[in-house]
Amino acid sequence: MLQKLPIEQLDKIANDIREDIIKMLEHAGSGHSAGPLGLADIFAALYFDILKYDPKKPDWNERDLFLLSNGHCVPVQYAAMARAGYFDRKELMTLRQLGSRLQGHPERTKLPGLETTSGPLGSGLSQACGMALALRMDKQQHRWVYVVMGDGEQDEGNVWEAAMLAGKYKLNNIIAITDRNNIQIDGPTETVMPLGDLKAKWQAFGWHVLEINGNDVEAVIDACAMGRAIQEQPVMIIAHTIPGKGVDFMENDFHWHGSPPNHEQAVKALHELRTLGGKIRSEHE
Amino acid sequence: MSDMHLVDLNGKLEAEPIRKGFGRGLLAAGKLDVQVVAACADLTDSTQMNLFKAEFPDRFIEIGVAEQNLVTVGAGMAAMGKIPFVSSYAAFSPGRNWEQIRTTICLNNRPVKVVGSHAGVSVGPDGATHQMLEDIALMRVLPNMVVIAPCDSVEAEKATLAMAKDKRPNYLRLAREATPVITTADTPFEIGRAYVFEKGADISLIATGTMTYQALLAAELLFKDGIEAEVIHVPTIKPLDAETILKSVRKTGAVVTAEEGQIIGGLGGAIAELLAEEYPAPMKRVGMYDRFGESGSPDELLTHFGLDAKHIRLAAHAVLDKKR
Repeated sequence: MLQKLPIEQLDKIANDIREDIIKMLEHAGSGHSAGPLGLADIFAALYFDILKYDPKKPDWNERDLFLLSNGHCVPVQYAAMARAGYFDRKELMTLRQLGSRLQGHPERTKLPGLETTSGPLGSGLSQACGMALALRMDKQQHRWVYVVMGDGEQDEGNVWEAAMLAGKYKLNNIIAITDRNNIQIDGPTETVMPLGDLKAKWQAFGWHVLEINGNDVEAVIDACAMGRAIQEQPVMIIAHTIPGKGVDFMENDFHWHGSPPNHEQAVKALHELRTLGGKIRSEHE
Repeated sequence: MSDMHLVDLNGKLEAEPIRKGFGRGLLAAGKLDVQVVAACADLTDSTQMNLFKAEFPDRFIEIGVAEQNLVTVGAGMAAMGKIPFVSSYAAFSPGRNWEQIRTTICLNNRPVKVVGSHAGVSVGPDGATHQMLEDIALMRVLPNMVVIAPCDSVEAEKATLAMAKDKRPNYLRLAREATPVITTADTPFEIGRAYVFEKGADISLIATGTMTYQALLAAELLFKDGIEAEVIHVPTIKPLDAETILKSVRKTGAVVTAEEGQIIGGLGGAIAELLAEEYPAPMKRVGMYDRFGESGSPDELLTHFGLDAKHIRLAAHAVLDKKR
């Protein structure tokens, strides 16, 4: 986005994105709730401050590249893209329906503006590496490659293959954001397969690591600005988020990883989010 | 057949590993188009990418022993307009990274060129772990994927140049050992075409990769038996040149397929599927019969597993018995 928005407006956008996520998931009757809600602040920051793009020219050759590696969180990306002007918000209600461009997991060939197809975990970062290598060959390093990935996803070996390669080639135009929400389908990440000290792990692979509150839009914007200033290394931002953020009964409960709200739950969630939206407005007024 | 411009099989044949032709083709493709790039998983000399690497070091990426990364880095490079050739042994790529090829290359429809070297039992002493036999089946079932298995190094060079111009995901199957060179610079090659290498009216011998030479030898043996075999070389297993194959089978009414890989899902599977729907005919498949290879010298193994002209001839007689 060319025109920078004030933080309170970005907070409001994040809240609007959350409302859209609830409506989409309820309507679709399947899909993931917790991750997308937790990522709403990061996506508000990405699509309304950080990323360079033109929604009317999705293949603009000066755009930044954004990859969602944990494709199951795509409702948050669709909601952000609709608000950013890629397509009409009404289309959000076609999520997961036959013939929709909004597939259950993102498909590049279906929806302009998506840079890749993802869902099977662990392959986003390595595609980002390929993009960054190509940009380097073409002397296009003013363009940035952003990746959002899950924490549970880091059980995948492919992630660490990519981590090693990016470290080796010092792919400094990659900024990756790990959604550190500590849950995956079978339970807490540290129970399912302990990730341990993620910061030390990424550092050991040659990355510059930042740790932030991923539910703080301003912190996300600042970390990405810091990341772009790091010249010698790829950058990993470990963004601590609350899964289900904004909906009290979903927050921090891994059972909401892969489930949508039913009608009653959606009504309750939307009520909470609208109350929260009111609070955001009054705090900033 | 003269318009195929083949080498005279009764003269002295040169032999060269098919992968050598790939190495030359990649270098030539790199000179023709700056967008051609290459990546390898720690087998740069073996897969013959070293020629390209030496000429274009800035367009070559050493991935290390990480085949999942190999093809996904390729997908990322293709997203930026590059034409990536990514190579390893076929047992590892596409053996290990099938899902990544499926999602990030085929479903994502990116023109990555997956090159699997050391396919078949003729890999030899390394044994079953390294003798890839299932790659044709694995790649053939993927929508958007083109599957190519050249018969010699000369054809591999042409195939590589054609792949660099093809906008689809491609898989190229290569063999390790020296294979007789039976085609020449003038032999036609186009992705998606099968070629009648030898004309005959009694039976169709349909072969791919290293087995095309064996099928030509088998045709000579059969001629001595009083049988005129038609030999069809199928360098592109997908998309299959149904027209050329059906034209031959409608004429001969009998079929033997030959490949250095599993008959289940391989070329034999592909031809059986086509004929079952379009023109059922007596048929036998020569290849690996639902089993793994083992260590041994390449020649010993090819004989042991019946991957030679002698066994194609036996299969032909068995089919012709059924035809009668």
